[in-house]
Amino acid sequence: MTGNGALLTLDNVTMQFGGLKAVCDLSLDIAPGELFGLIGPNGAGKTTVFNVITGVYAPTAGQILFEGKPIHGLKPHAVARRGITRTFQNIRLFGSRCCRDNVCIAGHQHAEAGLADAVFRTPQFTRDEARMQREARELLEVMGLAQWEETPAADLPYGQQRRLEIARALAGRPRLLLLDEPAAGLNPLETEELMHLIEEVLRRFHLTILLIEHDMRVVMGICRRIAVLDYGLKIAEGTPAEIRTNPKVIEAYLGEEVEADLGAGAGA
Amino acid sequence: MKHAVWLAGSIVALLALNFALPRLFNPYIVQVVMLCGINVILAVSLNLINGFTGQFSIGHAGFMAIGAYGSAMITIHAGKGWAAALGAAGIPAALAQAGPLLVALLGGGLLAAIAGYLVGLPSLRLRGDYLAIVTLGFGEIIRVLILNIDAVGGARGLPGIPGWANFFWVGAGMLSVILVARHLATSTHGRALFAIRDDEVAAEALGVDTTTYKVLAFVIGAFFAGVAGGLFAHYLSYLNPNSFTFLKSIEVIAMVVLGGMGSVSGSVLAAILLTLLPELLRPVKDYRMVMYSLMLIILMITRPQGLMGSRELTLAMFRRRRAAAAA
Repeated sequence: MTGNGALLTLDNVTMQFGGLKAVCDLSLDIAPGELFGLIGPNGAGKTTVFNVITGVYAPTAGQILFEGKPIHGLKPHAVARRGITRTFQNIRLFGSRCCRDNVCIAGHQHAEAGLADAVFRTPQFTRDEARMQREARELLEVMGLAQWEETPAADLPYGQQRRLEIARALAGRPRLLLLDEPAAGLNPLETEELMHLIEEVLRRFHLTILLIEHDMRVVMGICRRIAVLDYGLKIAEGTPAEIRTNPKVIEAYLGEEVEADLGAGAGA
Repeated sequence: MKHAVWLAGSIVALLALNFALPRLFNPYIVQVVMLCGINVILAVSLNLINGFTGQFSIGHAGFMAIGAYGSAMITIHAGKGWAAALGAAGIPAALAQAGPLLVALLGGGLLAAIAGYLVGLPSLRLRGDYLAIVTLGFGEIIRVLILNIDAVGGARGLPGIPGWANFFWVGAGMLSVILVARHLATSTHGRALFAIRDDEVAAEALGVDTTTYKVLAFVIGAFFAGVAGGLFAHYLSYLNPNSFTFLKSIEVIAMVVLGGMGSVSGSVLAAILLTLLPELLRPVKDYRMVMYSLMLIILMITRPQGLMGSRELTLAMFRRRRAAAAA
């Protein structure tokens, strides 16, 4: 599996909690620059995949390679330092801190000045701090959050909180960005804006994005390749067109809706 | 260069205050001022652990005790001799005492910091109430150990510590802990601590080494608690295990909470207020502690976020207020 040019490789990854196999023998290859979608019904194990990649869990079996090097078993902060950052399905901002601080915290891993520099306010610290503040401001600008710079994150409107999560993840200068249901709880207009934003981010920051999404429109609209999980198993992988017509996917995921539609139709 | 000017200015100011204080006020007031200063060091150092990082430690008296007894032993067994030798060599007493006192304070702080490291380790696995119980246990273990070690006086207490600590040293301790806390708070390291308080999982996912920072908060907090203990020992000239009970830890927590979690100036204000309050209430005699508790309750009801919330008292704030008043 190695040396195939993939940025991220999951090689037969299994994650077992007691008797429950949340993820079962999952293999994925994500190429550099790609916008890859991971979909599946509720409880399919999508977020578990993210948690395994980011080091929240160590996989029970299998290996994860990032840029050709194994990252399974590393702690989450070490994975982040390798160049993988993420957002969370249930927003996890640093609520009491202002937006700029939220973004600055993610830039922490790139700080060059140490603890002693901070305490004694060396020129190195002053330079470093000014750079971090400037970069944070630029990112907020790009994400359309400039006006909220000084606002505590908890006071932002919901849609802006979602954006701030992405801005914060970008501040870690990732090469791989993991987005966990970024459109959850957004209205159709906000979702539309978010899709453009994700495409813009992909272009502008030259990174690779792995996206978990429930909203089929988002995934089908912007992802070039999609993998489908069901009960921890990968049941399909391919282009949006292939996924849409794959019988297994229709049965596992879309099937419910199709059946429901048919049922409603028959009843009427 | 700017640093050197500030350092020299602070030393001159502290020396002047140290000179003026006993000449302007009676010994009672001087003692209250000294205790205020020691409590400020304790409150700000605990704020680093409880307020900044959001770890609930109630063992601060334990760190203070280690610093107090550690520094006292250093002075009794070595420092006194050095000071005497320096004095015999014709160096003025204040200077001859300064070196050994500094060594004792730093030594006591270092011992407390090592204890902070050891107590900080369980904090990686425990949080909230569970961590509180571990730190509570730690504080009690330290006190009971001291009570049973004959070499440090046991229950009789430890007399014979030279009273070298004056306002200069307490002031220097205060300035140091405030400076460290403020400079941390406005740096990437302080932001990492606040991030851990707000959401540990997110902090870790964004590359903050939460393990290191949680222990670091304990180590720095414990160090300054140890320094405060050392000052306490070298001011009162006598130590007793009863000074370091669980109630002392609670008193410091009350200062941090009343001042506002994460606010350095809040901790300073609250430490001064809560040290002065029992003294000011002396005229009501038997009802003193009732009044004290009542005032605490009223303060917490009217300002549940603490005196300062999470904000700081800054010069900019005064300037803004003045500008608003002028407009």
